[in-house]
Amino acid sequence: MANEIVFSQNHIPGIADIATYLDNGGYQSLDKGLGMTPDELIEIVKESGLRGRGGAGFPTGMKWSFVPKDTPKPRYLVCNADESEPGTFKDNELMLVNPHQIVEGMILACHAIGSQQGYIYIRGEFVEHIRAVSGAIEQAYEKGLLGENIRGTGVTVHLAVHPGAGAYICGEESALLNSLEGERGLPRLKPPFPAVSGLYGCPTIINNVETLANVPHIVNNGARWFRQWGTERSPGTKVVSVSGHVNNPGNFEVPLGTPMMQIINDLAGGVRKGHTLKAVIPGGSSVPMLAASECDIAFDYESIAAAGSMLGSAGLIVMDDSTCMVWAARNLLHFYRHESCGKCAPCREGTDWLYKTLARIEETGGSESDIDLLLDICDNMDGKCFCPLGEAAIAPVISSISKWRDEYLAHTAHGGCPMRREP
Amino acid sequence: MPLLPESTQRIRAIAARYPHGQSALIPALYVAQGEQGSLSDETLAEIAGLLGMTPVDVKAVASFYTMFYRQPGGKFVFQVCGTLSCALCGAEELIRHMEEKLGIRAGQSTPDGRFKLEVVECLGACGSGPVMLLGDRYHHNLTPELVDSIIDELKTAPLPEGLPAPQVESAGKPER
Ligand SMILES: Cc1cc2nc3c(=O)[nH]c(=O)nc-3n(C[C@H](O)[C@H](O)[C@H](O)COP(=O)(O)O)c2cc1C
Ligand code: SF4
Ligand code: FES
Repeated sequence: MANEIVFSQNHIPGIADIATYLDNGGYQSLDKGLGMTPDELIEIVKESGLRGRGGAGFPTGMKWSFVPKDTPKPRYLVCNADESEPGTFKDNELMLVNPHQIVEGMILACHAIGSQQGYIYIRGEFVEHIRAVSGAIEQAYEKGLLGENIRGTGVTVHLAVHPGAGAYICGEESALLNSLEGERGLPRLKPPFPAVSGLYGCPTIINNVETLANVPHIVNNGARWFRQWGTERSPGTKVVSVSGHVNNPGNFEVPLGTPMMQIINDLAGGVRKGHTLKAVIPGGSSVPMLAASECDIAFDYESIAAAGSMLGSAGLIVMDDSTCMVWAARNLLHFYRHESCGKCAPCREGTDWLYKTLARIEETGGSESDIDLLLDICDNMDGKCFCPLGEAAIAPVISSISKWRDEYLAHTAHGGCPMRREP
Repeated sequence: MPLLPESTQRIRAIAARYPHGQSALIPALYVAQGEQGSLSDETLAEIAGLLGMTPVDVKAVASFYTMFYRQPGGKFVFQVCGTLSCALCGAEELIRHMEEKLGIRAGQSTPDGRFKLEVVECLGACGSGPVMLLGDRYHHNLTPELVDSIIDELKTAPLPEGLPAPQVESAGKPER
């Protein structure tokens, strides 16, 4: 479709096979990209304004430029395919449908940062995706698109798949590196940042699947072409994963800046019949909830930030008027409590207390002071956790209390959830 | 029970592909679990030997990740997602239904050891909830009727050896 970049080839039957991929212009970007110097390649990506699609939205070209040029150490590229942020399932489709696009993007990124070895870290549950990407890598080796001296350019790139094993925290880049080194997936202290000291203590760039999938298109068509979509500060397109109470959930690639309500109503089919929109989480479970009245905004980094939330991974979770917000917050704290890696006390203890307090309010009503207790726990976590997971865990609690305090009070008055559907 | 020679060979081959052999630990644990169904102390010690690690370090890693089983469980493991997007689409009701159908609570195995029901966190397929992972396959848009038919079919299916696991050694830089 007209506004698609990374999904533009998804409709082509058999695109996961290298013959079809090559017939449709696949790996063409290598002719241009591997002919450029690494600096030229970084410059194009910088000019395009591509921002990381994994959550933080950090400018990709700038990140690449942080890799020291004069280091004697090997440099590594790691593609983050952990995809475990609740509400996000875009890399899932990118890997299953068009794995060669990711391989192509990784080859270019390796050249840009002077790396001869890239790893793609795929969550262990994605057995089929691991098969698809491994298959693509194997085919690329057979065609001489990976390995020594690719197409006579003098560029050498090796890629390998590495599986995760069920730990959300391994999506955090430094925990991912520990996991890849065969350690427990605990985050590392930053600085040093991975670009300086990452995998095996060597300079390492970590990029999300979708980020890297954009790169071949930018190299083929140029930075200006990429900027025809999106806004000045949010160029390009974004795959938005829409889930929850909509008629037509799924992944939709839209230009950044598309009205959020248009994504919900026109693409995802709107909320279920007989119901009205109550709330959304726009960027995966780690960002603050927005009430329906706050949803008339453009879907881009700056507009969602202005509304008090974040674009994050663009996992847009839609909730209609049948949703109890205390229940929703409790559900997410169940997640964060389970996924807290346990390294630091504020998060390990805080997520447990938040969950227990929310469960109490939901089941028996708790007391009004429990609401203050929740906010107090959040305050004790805010800015005091070792990694961003702890900060993420408080987002649903603070945002639901500030926007739906009346629902919390209704629980305490009612002695439990007034909306509970008895089993 | 020691690992089969094929398995130790596979582990050695995977380890040779990394600059540091310890990086092969997660893949190695999958190889072992794929063969034996769960990871005994004996197996972890064997893997430690293969990768030049201490058994304690291997144990610490194996216990950190939820996809590794230290105890034998069901042969068919239903991993049903309970996280928000799936819960909005009826995962809680579905899990209750499965508990009744199987006669066990979430987290338990059936007395004959055939089935295990687990409620897991987001599986990265939130657009088609409720979702579950069964072996190496995702099942989407689940309803009570759908899981009933899946369970009924598996009641008489031949029991698999070990547990399905991702395979990674097919791709990547050839061994050095
Ligand atoms: C708790 C946590 C989980 C994360 N999970 C993922 C993930 O599953 N996939 C991902 O690409 N990035 C994830 N990230 C972001 C990564 O740390 C990192 O910023 C990103 O992979 C960088 O790639 P990008 O610049 O291309 O976005 C996570 C971050 C945190 C703090
Ligand atoms: S904030 Fe949570 S996940 Fe992050 S290091 Fe601390 S305990 Fe681990
Ligand atoms: S919430 Fe169930 S797969 Fe993500």
